[in-house]
Amino acid sequence: MRGSGVLPYRPEVTPLPLPKAGAAGVFGDRLAAILIKGSAFLTILSLILIFVFIGKEALPVLTSAEVQKEAGLAQLFLPQAPHPGADREFTWQPVSEIPKYSLLPLFLGTLKVTIIAVLIAIPLAVGAALYTSEFAPGWAREIIKPCIEVLAGIPSVVIGFFCLMVIAGWLHDAFGWTYRLNALTAGIGLSLAVIPIVYTVAEDAFSCVPQPFREGSLAMGASSWQTAARVVLPAAMPGVLAACVLGFGRAVGETMIVLMASGNAAVLSWSPVDSVRTFSATIAAELGEVVQGSPHYHVLFFLGAFLFLLTFALNLLGRWWVGRLQKKLQGAA
Amino acid sequence: MIEKTKIIGISLQTLTATACLIIVSMVAIIIGNIVEHGAARFSWAFLSQAPRVGMTEGGIFPAIFGTAALVILMTIAVIPLGVATAVYMHEYAPRRSRMVHVVRLAIQNLAGVPAIVFGLFGVGFFIEFIGRGLDRGLYGGRLVYGQPAILWAALTMALLTLPTVVVATEEALRAIPQSYREVAYALGATRWQMIRRIVLPQAVGGILTGGILAVSRGSGEVAPVMFTGAAYFLPELPTRLNNQFMEMGYHVYVMTTQSPDVEATKPILYTTVLVLLMLTFLLNFTAIMIRARIRNRLRYGR
Repeated sequence: MRGSGVLPYRPEVTPLPLPKAGAAGVFGDRLAAILIKGSAFLTILSLILIFVFIGKEALPVLTSAEVQKEAGLAQLFLPQAPHPGADREFTWQPVSEIPKYSLLPLFLGTLKVTIIAVLIAIPLAVGAALYTSEFAPGWAREIIKPCIEVLAGIPSVVIGFFCLMVIAGWLHDAFGWTYRLNALTAGIGLSLAVIPIVYTVAEDAFSCVPQPFREGSLAMGASSWQTAARVVLPAAMPGVLAACVLGFGRAVGETMIVLMASGNAAVLSWSPVDSVRTFSATIAAELGEVVQGSPHYHVLFFLGAFLFLLTFALNLLGRWWVGRLQKKLQGAA
Repeated sequence: MIEKTKIIGISLQTLTATACLIIVSMVAIIIGNIVEHGAARFSWAFLSQAPRVGMTEGGIFPAIFGTAALVILMTIAVIPLGVATAVYMHEYAPRRSRMVHVVRLAIQNLAGVPAIVFGLFGVGFFIEFIGRGLDRGLYGGRLVYGQPAILWAALTMALLTLPTVVVATEEALRAIPQSYREVAYALGATRWQMIRRIVLPQAVGGILTGGILAVSRGSGEVAPVMFTGAAYFLPELPTRLNNQFMEMGYHVYVMTTQSPDVEATKPILYTTVLVLLMLTFLLNFTAIMIRARIRNRLRYGR
């Protein structure tokens, strides 16, 4: 049964031409066709609308002179002196007498948390996927798969809650770091949200590898681990890479876990045990109090637009790799 | 040589098995911890009362009601749109046409957009653009729809859950044998008659799965509704489309991070999390059961 996922069952669906006018129900048919096509179009339109409306609110950062006076590109990306004569520094402090909008601490924070989460999640999820598809006895598979489904079903606010109330306490008791909520705590929580997607895509990729690949390898005298490591893993590589990319995309955009467990301090530091503030958490924490139309408001949408474009690109890349894997293996099988 | 091969083999198997074990035990720890701390306060009164004494006493009824109202509105919006999109891709468009490719790409990318970006979109599009536009056009600039409201939260959530519904429906459509369609055509049915009488009744299971998964996702997601309608604390239940509402996930977030006295709210907080978890698990479990039946049918081609 292992190879049953080789070729998804796809019956050939070739729509027949519509009956000629005058047949019963033709008016209903036309109306239904219009509505159904309209819905499909609306789906595409909604993605475009997201792009347009986030972009529209983000654009003043680049175009409006009024917004640029406070939050132009220089203020976002270059070090700024808060008042003449002071040292130039990178600070994110949008609500203060002299608002400071440096994105660098946020960028570094996002990067830190995401990398920690991905470093924990990818080995665990890919390893687990390899085990379930290559080594696991049937009963173990029956436990692991539902467990992943359960994990995928846990709302992120619950993971954030657990991270804040329990994991943070354990880590703090064990290591006694200065900040109870830090990048590492949030990264661990975030990895819980990333594991299901990486596991699912990687497992799909492994089960896509045609059974004859394995049989050939075993027939040549390779052991099951040699087959797994030297035949199955390389064959499924594009799918595994796609899993990593999609997992990264999920981690960058995830909001509630980092909002609750990262400490939310926009500090410019490389230490994994300092508090951090990520892009997504910044939007979530500040959009509620912001004055609509203010520079701060537009900067938050600017962050949103960045997140949207980044995850969009990662998704395209991931899906492209998955498609390539399917083509490659279907050609080979 | 053989010895070395064996050792590497065993260690690789142990390593990957350990990865599985870690994941499984993490899930067990999370659920065990929440059940252990949350079960004590769980009662009918908890589900049916409003929060009292600064959320340290009473229950979470307004949050349950608000979540239910939200997901019902969301379902009304997402099911027709999602089912029609899936029907278009599978029944209407010529196979492998460019349009199907673009729709599928849009769905996949929609599924990858971070929840918080949906929240921003809800503010920028539904509240500021549509809501304000309605107020200007119909209410002479009076503030009616140009503010956070359950309607806007539900529509934002509908967009977020659209891919779930489309994917589940498409899977169900794929499971319907082609011969059913051919028989309908042979009897002289038009395409829409065939879809309405043959395809849709057969696909009910898949549509249901998609709807349930969407509800499960919608009732736990917080980021999209934070700014589009969820309220911090609101004892009145929402009765109009432009009312604000309490949501369970948001309630958990608020109690966890903004409570003045964490120790006092902790028991209630745990029980709220338990209720939220039970709700999503129950929904997911039902959906998985229905999906398993569809997959069996797909495999054996009934």
